[in-house]
Amino acid sequence: MKSFTYQRVTTPAEAAAAIADKPGAKFLAGGTNLLDLMKLQIETPAHLIDIGRIGLDKIEPTANGGLRIGALVSNTDLAADPKIRKDYGVLSRALLAGASGQLRNKATTAGNLLQRTRCPYFYDTNQPCNKRVPGSGCAAIAGFSKQLAVIGSSDACIATHPSDMAVGMMALDAVVETINPAGKTRQIPISQLYRLPGKTPHLETNLEKNELITSVVLPAPVGGTHIYHKVRDRASYAFALVSVAAILFKDGSGKIAIGGVAPRPWRVPGAEKLIPSGAKAFAAKLMEGARPTQDNKYKLALVERTIELVLKEGKS
Amino acid sequence: MKFDKPAGQNPIDQLKVVGKPTDRIEGPLKTTGTAKYAYEYNEQVTNPAYGYILGAAIARGTITRIDQTAAKAAPGVLAIVTAANAGPLQTGKFYVSRFLAGPQVDHYHQAVAIVVAETFEQARSAAALLKVEYKKQAGDYDLEASKGSAQPPNPGPYTPPGETLIGDFEGAFKAAEVKIDQTYSTPDQAHAMMEPHATIAKWDGDKLTCWCTIQQLNWGIRDLGVILGIPKENVRLISAYIGGGFGGKGTVLSDLVAASLAARAAGRPVKLTLQRPLMFNNTIHRPKTIQRIRIGAKQDGTITAIGHESWSGNLPGGMTESTIASTRLLYAGANRLTRLRLAVLHLVEGSAMRAPGEASGMMALEIAMDEMAEKLQMDPVDFRIKNDTQEDPEKPGRKFSTRKLVECLREGADKFGWERRNAKPGIIREGDWLIGMGVAAAMRGAPITKSAARVRLDSSGKITVETDMTDIGTGSYTIIAQTAAEMMGVGIDQVQVKLGDSSFPESSGSGGQWGAASSTSGVYAACMKLREAVAGKLGFDVEKAQFSDGRITVGDRSAALADAAKNGELVAEDTMTYGELSKEYAQDTFGAHFVEVGVNAFTYEIRVRRMLAVCHAGRILNPKAARSQVIGAMTMGVGAALMEEMVVDKKVGFFVNHDLAGYEVPVHADIPHQEVILLEDIDPTMSPMKAKGIGELGIVGVAAAVANAVYNATGIRVRDYPVTLDKLLRAV
Amino acid sequence: MGETMKEENSAGNISRREMLAGTAIAVTTLALTKVTGVEAASPPQAVVPVVSAEVSFTVNGKIQKLEIDTRTTLLDSLREHLHLTGTKKGCDHGQCGACTVLVNGKRINSCLSLALQHENDSITTIEGLGTPEKLHPMQSAFIKHDGYQCGYCTPGQICSAVAVLEEIKAGIPSHASGDLNAEMLFTNAEFRERMSGNICRCGAYSNIAEAAAEVAGA
Repeated sequence: MKSFTYQRVTTPAEAAAAIADKPGAKFLAGGTNLLDLMKLQIETPAHLIDIGRIGLDKIEPTANGGLRIGALVSNTDLAADPKIRKDYGVLSRALLAGASGQLRNKATTAGNLLQRTRCPYFYDTNQPCNKRVPGSGCAAIAGFSKQLAVIGSSDACIATHPSDMAVGMMALDAVVETINPAGKTRQIPISQLYRLPGKTPHLETNLEKNELITSVVLPAPVGGTHIYHKVRDRASYAFALVSVAAILFKDGSGKIAIGGVAPRPWRVPGAEKLIPSGAKAFAAKLMEGARPTQDNKYKLALVERTIELVLKEGKS
Repeated sequence: MKFDKPAGQNPIDQLKVVGKPTDRIEGPLKTTGTAKYAYEYNEQVTNPAYGYILGAAIARGTITRIDQTAAKAAPGVLAIVTAANAGPLQTGKFYVSRFLAGPQVDHYHQAVAIVVAETFEQARSAAALLKVEYKKQAGDYDLEASKGSAQPPNPGPYTPPGETLIGDFEGAFKAAEVKIDQTYSTPDQAHAMMEPHATIAKWDGDKLTCWCTIQQLNWGIRDLGVILGIPKENVRLISAYIGGGFGGKGTVLSDLVAASLAARAAGRPVKLTLQRPLMFNNTIHRPKTIQRIRIGAKQDGTITAIGHESWSGNLPGGMTESTIASTRLLYAGANRLTRLRLAVLHLVEGSAMRAPGEASGMMALEIAMDEMAEKLQMDPVDFRIKNDTQEDPEKPGRKFSTRKLVECLREGADKFGWERRNAKPGIIREGDWLIGMGVAAAMRGAPITKSAARVRLDSSGKITVETDMTDIGTGSYTIIAQTAAEMMGVGIDQVQVKLGDSSFPESSGSGGQWGAASSTSGVYAACMKLREAVAGKLGFDVEKAQFSDGRITVGDRSAALADAAKNGELVAEDTMTYGELSKEYAQDTFGAHFVEVGVNAFTYEIRVRRMLAVCHAGRILNPKAARSQVIGAMTMGVGAALMEEMVVDKKVGFFVNHDLAGYEVPVHADIPHQEVILLEDIDPTMSPMKAKGIGELGIVGVAAAVANAVYNATGIRVRDYPVTLDKLLRAV
Repeated sequence: MGETMKEENSAGNISRREMLAGTAIAVTTLALTKVTGVEAASPPQAVVPVVSAEVSFTVNGKIQKLEIDTRTTLLDSLREHLHLTGTKKGCDHGQCGACTVLVNGKRINSCLSLALQHENDSITTIEGLGTPEKLHPMQSAFIKHDGYQCGYCTPGQICSAVAVLEEIKAGIPSHASGDLNAEMLFTNAEFRERMSGNICRCGAYSNIAEAAAEVAGA
């Protein structure tokens, strides 16, 4: 871990201003991913701005019947929130399927969204990785890729996004709210938050430099049956091979996002009209253009089968 | 004391303390965080520097240059050790690894340099400032590809013959009425003990003291002496508590060497722990195997031919994974073949992990037995029972000292509800889950080896035992206390046990499941001497004396033990050594594992629902700790069956998933309530304790029982471990 | 070891101090200790700063004030600076749970937290739950049910198990909960799911679950 200076701030505005002052600065929220990566010198901030105590830890109703989740609400508190449990079950379930109790206590909403891939080659600084060192190459494509992306990937990168929470939020059409160092705020639909790797896999989101996520807004409850099904060999404390976040309605329609298959939670709204036709038709459209490796082509079958299971659960 | 004929009646047979389920005597320390592990001797070493290892970035080649400029200039840096300034280093007597690369690099993450700094944070960041240039060399990393070049292994103390042939295997197999010929593979596995390898090294002149975490302290002083080129008498190792080993801390590994070199270079005591992501490619592991098994039988299920051929790889000079060990003894059959072949691979060294050889071998053999039973349309329990043998199949007339495999299978089948299993796979379903049951036999050798101890009696009547035995979670502290209490006729609360210090009498150490039986026998021998000393001091005839309730009694004369020490502590020391009984008898432990799994009919996720082990493993000294050893081994067996695999990147030449997120081991959610039945067994051919080990037996066969249960649930036979959902999906 | 421990290694010359938002940050140039032995590092040509800062928190009821390298994790501050070695380092990357401690009553991985993040926090470690002479009920239950073998993951398991019972009481759901909106109860499945962030390679899980069930009165 490289040496860094450390600063504690008390308001979002102060945080946004502080980062503009300091070259190489990063925000520190829960730290469960950032410190992990700093120990390996995958992240090497020169300055940390601890935003752990700037508020943003409330879940509040919005004017149009939705909820505004503060960026620093812990994963545990978000999953346990009565309104989330009641009206946004898919989100609660997604959170609870991720990490461990200890990590969920510390990890934050914004930090979870921005966590980085768990690709083993990204984690080993001896190996080429275009995400870590742009232009160095990708060792994963010809290497061990059982866990990695089958769709949305590129010749430069086949990393997956590891979050479960973000998959739930994708199905819920959440909107991310930010502030920049100039104090300007904006809203980004979660479907627009993440970039696909293309030739620049080190650019992971559409956030501007030093832009701080302040909250995530959920639209008014849409009802339906909420299911999050995470598939993994180990029964817990493991990243998804495939996960399915689904909101299913009585009329057979639904909203479905997939985790573990792409550089971002994977959702193709245009495919969702096929949900009533069943898993096979929907999965085929959803995964159109997939480019799996030998190691991970099982994920295509697994996506279809997990959707089939989820649709069956939705009916029962 | 020499043990060379079967034991008769002796004080242990009273079973007032031995044989009783007993809480671990060190429990209050372990549960309150006050048991001290290697890295935690802050009172003994008050001014340590910190060492940090930089591992090689390539799998094979040479180091052409190490630019230390930036690292040396980094804050707090005290010294940097590389092959250039470390002085000559030899290889130890057990592992073939060189613990410092340079100029050659033998494997990925081999230590290239050790940076010593004032703090851990400084050492870690300075290590990252070292600029190492390499010249890469091509290497062999793929066992499948190197199989053809594999050679018979060199003979060694832990290596069976490269080939055994009894009768006419090929002829009998060819002629067999029913047969199978299948190939299986087991992957590279990591010990992944919770405490990383760690050492605090401190030099006083030419004397070296290391607080470390190794299982065999006698091997440790020998190997560290050899490696550093100093007399072993100058080395003292202390491993009072060891945070798990499973064979992965057998003797000296890189942490001990690096800390010793670093402390010498810095002129300060040095603390050094292997960072978890380094451990997988830096230390040792259970190597991958490819195994071909051929079984031929008559229609009635009588095995007529059994053949087991196995390939593994290692660094040049490394050990062979002796997968065929159980096959030589487990089932009858007149015509037999085993064959071991070893290829050179340039991955980190393969070596002992819990039940080395047997665990991987039985992962394959016990699937083969399941396949054969199905082909014969026999119940797999019955098929195994039919082919039981009460004598060594390679040496007719050589009896097993004790062997209740059949009873294990029958008792287990009865208790598990085996009759509810549907022989036809893929039939039983509960909701979305396909349900299956599997069985496997278990067998593991029961080696026993010389072990010494010293016992002291003080004027308060308290007994202190000192031996360099280790407790790696096995329960050594407690069974040694039980043994001394039984022998001296005192309560267990009157016994203090001091372990894990190489300055104590040399014990068996912990390995090969020989620790419990061996170390307690050494304590038995020392206690016999102490009994003599007490009797002599107080004028009793030791042959007639009773030791109980803290007293020595002959007839109606009695005295407190404490009286014997009122003018000074009594000290006795002895070593238990062994004659030829292990040649005369086949001494082994046996068991049967029963497993029920659910397999999700959609996703093919596999979840273990029920597990039962029945074990026959000599006298059980502490049923509580023995049961724990077995459930722990069953857990590791579930890992082996369902998730554990260090994946080789065959281009780069390393284990890719080298941390505890990538290398999955079972978590709480994977393991249901586990049942263990310990069958009564007293084996007088072993030692006066009449005990054997059980900690390794517990893992043998588990993975196959799980795999067989998955087959029974799904009808899909996976022969390449681990049995993961992607492999099931591929077969759908 | 007093109530305030100063980082031993910050004995160098403090060249500059700056105050930032209530946190003292010291940029310290370390004077290298003279060393003997083979090829010790020569004094640096260029000065590279080590940054240290002060933090104060309560550990097991006792206020601790530390001046430490900003990089120090909560785990290393406990083990290396306060010499509370009951909290274990198993992986240092949040992958094993051996470092679990309670911060303001909630369990976290102390390896993935900077000590500086815990200004004014109240931390409970295994040493704070009980002592060999006065065991916490969970510690007693682990002994009785043999919920450990090597003992290395044990402090983390116990801290986690204590917190799990509280989480269930507080109605926090888990992945194993059938109905998110129902009352949370201690069951074997609930406990095992909630404890899955604490790896025990010795495989004492079955016994740990029994120990916790006894404490939970389940």
